Amino acid sequence: MVLQDRQARSEAIKSIGAPIFAAVLLIGVGYGLDATSNPYTQFVMLLILTNVVLATSLNLVNGFTGQFSLGHAGFMAVGAYTSAWLVTRPELAVLPDYLRFLLLPIAAGLLAAVAGYIVGLPSLRLRGDYLAIVTLGFGEIIRVILLNSDAVGGARGMYGIPSTAAVPSLGMSEFVAQFSVASIWTVVTFVTLWRIVHSSKGRAFLSVREDEIAAEAMGINITQTKVRAFVISAFFAGVGGALFAHSVKYLNPATFTFTKSVDIIIMIVLGGMGSFSGSVIAAAIITVLPEMVLRELQQITGVDLRMVIYSLMLILFMILRPAGILGTREATDIFKSFRSKSKAT
Amino acid sequence: MDQGHTQEFIQHLINGISLGSIYALIALGYTMVYGILQLINFAHSEVYMVGAFAAYYTGRQFGLDQHPGVLSLFILLIAAVAACSLLGITIERLAYRPLRKAPKLNILITAIGVSLLLQYSGQIIFGADPKLFPEVIKDSSLFEIGSVEVRSLDITILIVSTLVMGGLHFLVHHTKIGTAMRAVSSNSNVASLMGINVDRIITYTFVIGSSLAGIASVLVGLKYPKIDPLMGMLFGIKAFVAAVLGGIGSLPGAMLGGVILGLCEEMVVGYLSSTYRDALAFGVLIVILLFRPAGLLGSVVREKV
Repeated sequence: MVLQDRQARSEAIKSIGAPIFAAVLLIGVGYGLDATSNPYTQFVMLLILTNVVLATSLNLVNGFTGQFSLGHAGFMAVGAYTSAWLVTRPELAVLPDYLRFLLLPIAAGLLAAVAGYIVGLPSLRLRGDYLAIVTLGFGEIIRVILLNSDAVGGARGMYGIPSTAAVPSLGMSEFVAQFSVASIWTVVTFVTLWRIVHSSKGRAFLSVREDEIAAEAMGINITQTKVRAFVISAFFAGVGGALFAHSVKYLNPATFTFTKSVDIIIMIVLGGMGSFSGSVIAAAIITVLPEMVLRELQQITGVDLRMVIYSLMLILFMILRPAGILGTREATDIFKSFRSKSKAT
Repeated sequence: MDQGHTQEFIQHLINGISLGSIYALIALGYTMVYGILQLINFAHSEVYMVGAFAAYYTGRQFGLDQHPGVLSLFILLIAAVAACSLLGITIERLAYRPLRKAPKLNILITAIGVSLLLQYSGQIIFGADPKLFPEVIKDSSLFEIGSVEVRSLDITILIVSTLVMGGLHFLVHHTKIGTAMRAVSSNSNVASLMGINVDRIITYTFVIGSSLAGIASVLVGLKYPKIDPLMGMLFGIKAFVAAVLGGIGSLPGAMLGGVILGLCEEMVVGYLSSTYRDALAFGVLIVILLFRPAGLLGSVVREKV
């Protein structure tokens, strides 16, 4: 009995300890960046965290459930606009700042989840490429609605969205505060998705990916499972959108086109479909590569070859390493296999 | 309905059909490649863009806008078709063929990669600013029925696209290549056992599909003379939507879908508001797919256990 208790406690510590450690580590990185780097680098670092949230959430649908969604930018837009609209409401100003900025992404996520439910329920009757095109269509429809909504600026977009920096009481600089909020949400997203996929309900996602008919025969409600994956994914897309809104500080419907969805898909395919850590790695690479590395190259050559090189690399990568960086493995698996190998020798 | 309204309606109808037949031409390219490879060829819309530029440079080279007429149109068509087929073959050989056995998603990403590559290379090579397409067919009122104008451009577009689609129908249903294409589309393994060179048929498919895109690009260039390297993106996606709408893999479906889409867009622009134009295609698509998940003329494929 006592032993079981202790085991349970150590499990609990493990499951809570690692995320907290990760968050603290990330915030530490934030302080480090604040001291050493210029605002541009800091901005790119913020974008990495946003993209990690977006990529891991899309991976739940595309990688783990095997449904091909091309409309992630739409859910992201819903979240971004929700958060940006709410932050300027005077009614919410009564809340303390840090609470506001922790709550805004939740509101953004919830609305995006509702959008996800509306999109998912009818369209998940479709399969494969049809689903891809319908989700692409819904994404575009969301964008056009935003384009025609004067309440959120329409085609002009929304300017002057405050960053999450308004936490002076904690003695953080603007960037560190922003980076901390983003870090916390990134860790929350990653851990939540990870634990969902490794739960028994989450196994249902994998079974749908592997074989729908067999899964159905095992008593899994396929439509319900798909919609569930869709809604969860949309929720975190909304969170990612909120983070995006507060780091870019300017929203325009033209940001959330098909191209944005493709960007996120590229991240998960490059990282490996069905590997969360792969998504994280690829999100970091994809964000940094065009911005920092290829921009340097542009300075040298004088021609804007960034996107040309980027797309060429994408094609080559698909041909030479189709499974992505990690495939369906996680970074920890590789570490484990490395350890067991070194033990064996 | 009084006279004025009827005329306006017929005018929109003519515009819609002429726009729709262009969508149909591009949609045919999507549907043919999809029918054979089960691949959404995202690069198809960029093939179409390159076709427009090939025609533009040919037109400028020969000073064709000084000599409008059917011959000039023909030269532009040839130039666009040649450039597009060449590009189509190249893309298939270099990007898709190595991935023939890879998971579908990889091929899709590759297609998107090729599409991006062409877009951005296009911006570097052709310049990002819009260019004015040579006006080889003077847009004039040919004749009037009542007071509805029938314009030369719309008639040209209709004639060219009808001829092309008729030719395609003949090719697919009455020639050896067409029979082989249908065989590969229905089952490529068995087709190859029957002595059909599948790779070669796929190449032919790309040539034909890309040629259709080339022809469409010249027609679009005539109708909407501003061309730029990003012109393919939205137009291409809409044409693809048309293909899905009609039932992807089905040639009559692509034509039907194209015309429906063209008509719907023209009507929305005419009677409601042009701001919702771009969302409309997807709205129609979603509604139709909800009731007929395989598209209007598509057949439902039963999944085997």
